[in-house]
Amino acid sequence: MLKEIRLHGRGGQGVVTAAELLAVAAFEDGKYAQAFPAFGSERMGAPVQSFVRIADHKIRARNQIDKPDYLIVQDSTLIGAVDVLYGLKPDGMVLVDTEKKPAELKLDTSAKVLTIPATKMALEILGKAIQNTTLMGAFAGATGLISVEAIKRSVKKRFPGELGERNAKVVQKAYDMMKGGENG
Amino acid sequence: MKKLIEGSMAVAEAIKVCRPHVISAYPITPQTHVVENLSQFVADGELKSEFVNVESEFGAASVVLGSSATGARAFSCTTSQGLLLMLEVLYNIAGLRLPVVMVVANRAVSAPINIWCDHQDAVTVRDAGWIQLWAEDNQEAYDMCLQAYRIGETPEVSLPVMVNFDGFILTHAFEPVDVIEQKDADQFLPPYKPAQYLTTKNPLTFGLLVDPDYYAETRYRLQVAMEDSKKIIEDVADEFKSKFGRYSGGLVEKYRLDDADTAVISMGSVSGTIKEVVDSLRDEGKKIGLLRIRVLRPFPKEAIFAALKDVKNIIIMEKNISLGLEGMLATEIKACFYAKEKQPKVSGYIVGLGGRDIPQDSIRNTILKAEKELAQAEFVDLKHQLIGGVL
Repeated sequence: MLKEIRLHGRGGQGVVTAAELLAVAAFEDGKYAQAFPAFGSERMGAPVQSFVRIADHKIRARNQIDKPDYLIVQDSTLIGAVDVLYGLKPDGMVLVDTEKKPAELKLDTSAKVLTIPATKMALEILGKAIQNTTLMGAFAGATGLISVEAIKRSVKKRFPGELGERNAKVVQKAYDMMKGGENG
Repeated sequence: MKKLIEGSMAVAEAIKVCRPHVISAYPITPQTHVVENLSQFVADGELKSEFVNVESEFGAASVVLGSSATGARAFSCTTSQGLLLMLEVLYNIAGLRLPVVMVVANRAVSAPINIWCDHQDAVTVRDAGWIQLWAEDNQEAYDMCLQAYRIGETPEVSLPVMVNFDGFILTHAFEPVDVIEQKDADQFLPPYKPAQYLTTKNPLTFGLLVDPDYYAETRYRLQVAMEDSKKIIEDVADEFKSKFGRYSGGLVEKYRLDDADTAVISMGSVSGTIKEVVDSLRDEGKKIGLLRIRVLRPFPKEAIFAALKDVKNIIIMEKNISLGLEGMLATEIKACFYAKEKQPKVSGYIVGLGGRDIPQDSIRNTILKAEKELAQAEFVDLKHQLIGGVL
């Protein structure tokens, strides 16, 4: 088993941190994992990519992920500005942070499209428009590739104290929403 | 114990258990996290070492030279322009036979400025008299750091060792790394005890002026030490395996070469990607394998020839170029077959310069193309629309 995830966002949205924490969580689940950014000279607001590979064996490939199984789009304003869908497998899945329904995005793909109002949820629960941990919870709920417990642990370890607790709460909420299937 | 950590943290943790007395480095992307982590270990009291802040890489190299000459175990870390700025001191460290270890987070060189990975920096300094080890992944980079001190500090070697790992691609990648406990590291790497060192109790001078009656012999001794280090490098890897269960050594790595007609040759992290392509071509019935150069200096010409003597096609994919000729490996690999009976076809391709991604499809297409051509210094994935004009 090898699953490849590409994350799109903007500088300052924690795209690189999200990739790292997904890998940490998958590793805690007993899987092999690799995370790396598309290293640019990123500035706040500039389009950013990061990559995660999760497998049940050692991962050797180092190329940027050009045929992802899963896409996580942290900023829906990137759609149209950047070819976020490039190489997405036809039977893959794309998860977008937006308050819109999937059909409203009119994405040109046969892959499954899921949406979640992650920024809105993050503002409510964290008090900050940092949507990466919310999307991680939603990703776990939508794919089952990583356990929600491992994601919560990795988030709490990275953000100790009250901030970690609130992040774990939003992770669980996003996970439950996806499990409930109300966003597909 | 396995941990999922950033490559730079893995290298910092490896150096921590090597207990260097002196660390000196100047921050430069993408090496920065390595020395930030080490300086944090020192500040937190986790590592008893003197961390010397300097004004430049020239200063850093000079500090590790001086401290190593006094018998200290010394460490530095740099990349790209920093490595080039050290060049004069690199030759001195080797000439003085000081077993300094330096990690290089490989990066392109200016101009134009580019902070991303290729191998031009370390390849450019390959004649300085340093042993050069090249890692494919972060576990190997970790293991090579411990092995580097053992190799360099072996009395008959007494040479500096450079551990190369790809900037960003490895330095900034999170992946599992099995880290070694301090007590186990101490057993593998005993304290450094040089035969001679600078001390006021027994004044000596190192590196003084030698006239034409003596200089050639010092270079001869360096050349002999380099050649002799090949065996030490393999012995240290064997001992490492017996202690830690991992074979993280050898002069070259042979991957699916046993019955191969075609061999790809590479160094560093792209080798992992190439292995994936080799596997898929093997599934399609092609007799293909990979030879990875783990040690660039001393150049393992005997091991390379032994691994490739029955191969018909050699395809070199390298992240450097000797401007005005071809990729450095292409020239050196061809030299391995001089005056041999069977001459394979050797094609040289330049890939991944300045951090250009190397997709699996590009590797695959290059291999298929190489079957029909003899390439010299051919740039893969060149954007022809960018080079149409006149500068």
